[in-house]
Amino acid sequence: MAASASEKALGAKPATGAVAVLVATRKGAFLLRSDRARRSWKLVGPHFLGHIVHHVVLDPRDRRTLLVAARTGHLGPTLFRSTDLGKHWKESTRPPAFRKAAEGERARVVEHVFWLAPGHPSEPDVWYAGTSPEGLFRSEDGGQTWDPVAGFNDHPRNAEWTPPEINPTPDGPILHSILIDPRDPRHLYIGMSGGGGGVFESADGGRDWKPLNAGCRADFLPDPFPEIGQDPHCVRLHPLAPDVLYQQNHCGIYRMDRPAARWERIGERMPKAVGDIGFPITLHPRDPDTAWVFPMDGTEVWPRTSPGGKPAVYVTRDGGDHWKRQDAGLPRRDAWYTVLRQGMSADAHDPVGLYLGTTGGELWASRNEGARWTCLARHLPKILGVEAAELGR
Amino acid sequence: MKVSLATPLLSYTGKRRDVEGDGATLAELLADLDRRYPGIRFRLIDEQGGIRPHVRIFVNRVQMRGLDVALAPTDEVQVLQSLSGG
Repeated sequence: MAASASEKALGAKPATGAVAVLVATRKGAFLLRSDRARRSWKLVGPHFLGHIVHHVVLDPRDRRTLLVAARTGHLGPTLFRSTDLGKHWKESTRPPAFRKAAEGERARVVEHVFWLAPGHPSEPDVWYAGTSPEGLFRSEDGGQTWDPVAGFNDHPRNAEWTPPEINPTPDGPILHSILIDPRDPRHLYIGMSGGGGGVFESADGGRDWKPLNAGCRADFLPDPFPEIGQDPHCVRLHPLAPDVLYQQNHCGIYRMDRPAARWERIGERMPKAVGDIGFPITLHPRDPDTAWVFPMDGTEVWPRTSPGGKPAVYVTRDGGDHWKRQDAGLPRRDAWYTVLRQGMSADAHDPVGLYLGTTGGELWASRNEGARWTCLARHLPKILGVEAAELGR
Repeated sequence: MKVSLATPLLSYTGKRRDVEGDGATLAELLADLDRRYPGIRFRLIDEQGGIRPHVRIFVNRVQMRGLDVALAPTDEVQVLQSLSGG
């Protein structure tokens, strides 16, 4: 596919090797591995059958270490770790956990680990984890042991940002979208969905945090533009143009170009009949003006299904000025699923491969940036997360 | 003392459902089990010391609500799972 002007300017080199698609489901983890052409796929799994797996992530720094965020219906949350692409697994010896509360203090318990993020390339053993309820945790030994990020979990305003009793999302309030500025490991963003949520930024490695929600609606609150309380479903930072942020929010699709600190709603240019509500947003790995979303029905009682039962991806190639429907190969009707916030991902090939996992247990892929979709796997459990990872360059 | 474990915990014990453990209290017994089977305690007991919502611990067939419970070597401890949905 011809490179855009911004893609050429950034000078990124596409990947050419095999791709792994890491699928987190309500009943375990699955791995799909491709050939170099991404035409042939092999499904491996389930790993951890019966576990609720929210996220499976391959460390892009070594392309061998996998972390899995898991829990079962009965047991508490944990993480599993493999250093050989899933052949062998070991449990974290100290999974993410809040510190023991002092007398009279709010006592928080990690219900599940929701989001995993490898650290900055200059910090090869660092990982971050986001949990439900909202907690931020850091590992400095490749995910074997974890400590609370006190600057966030014990921030003077933390109780205001993570109120336990107000408006939790159906599966609990969550901390997600942990983003690390590739220019500076101390510059972090997080997203939170919960009573006092929104996007938050740290410029000092997580010691202090500030809300970053100006311009972003919260139409479920009396003040539609509060300082906090927004519901970012998924926030992305462009890896080659890290001043460019996108978010698929409960109240639309937004973009921010730093150093500006105001979100601009770019989803209003989506077709009115479809709207700009959804969970995931995925960025082109080399072109900061290209992003894909998977809209859902956010009207009246919020069915959260594909609008009209007709699933489609929408792509913008100009930073949100225009959107194009991409549904070739997807069901034309009677498909009432959606794609959750970490359920859509892109590889780094040219053309970019896109992958989405549905709440109905189907994994769909496109080898041509969404122009045509094929189903890679059916009859999986409800898909909670999909991550595409490069196994080679 | 004898400890009987629910099936979700067998991955920690080499598939053994009945194991031995020591401790003068339930808290000590769980610490001992964690030494023998690393990681098992955190799956049962949260970071604030509470028994997780879908875990049930019985001593001599009486359900315990906390860990501050004296134990004798002849006591029988069962760690069972409650219903947790589909």
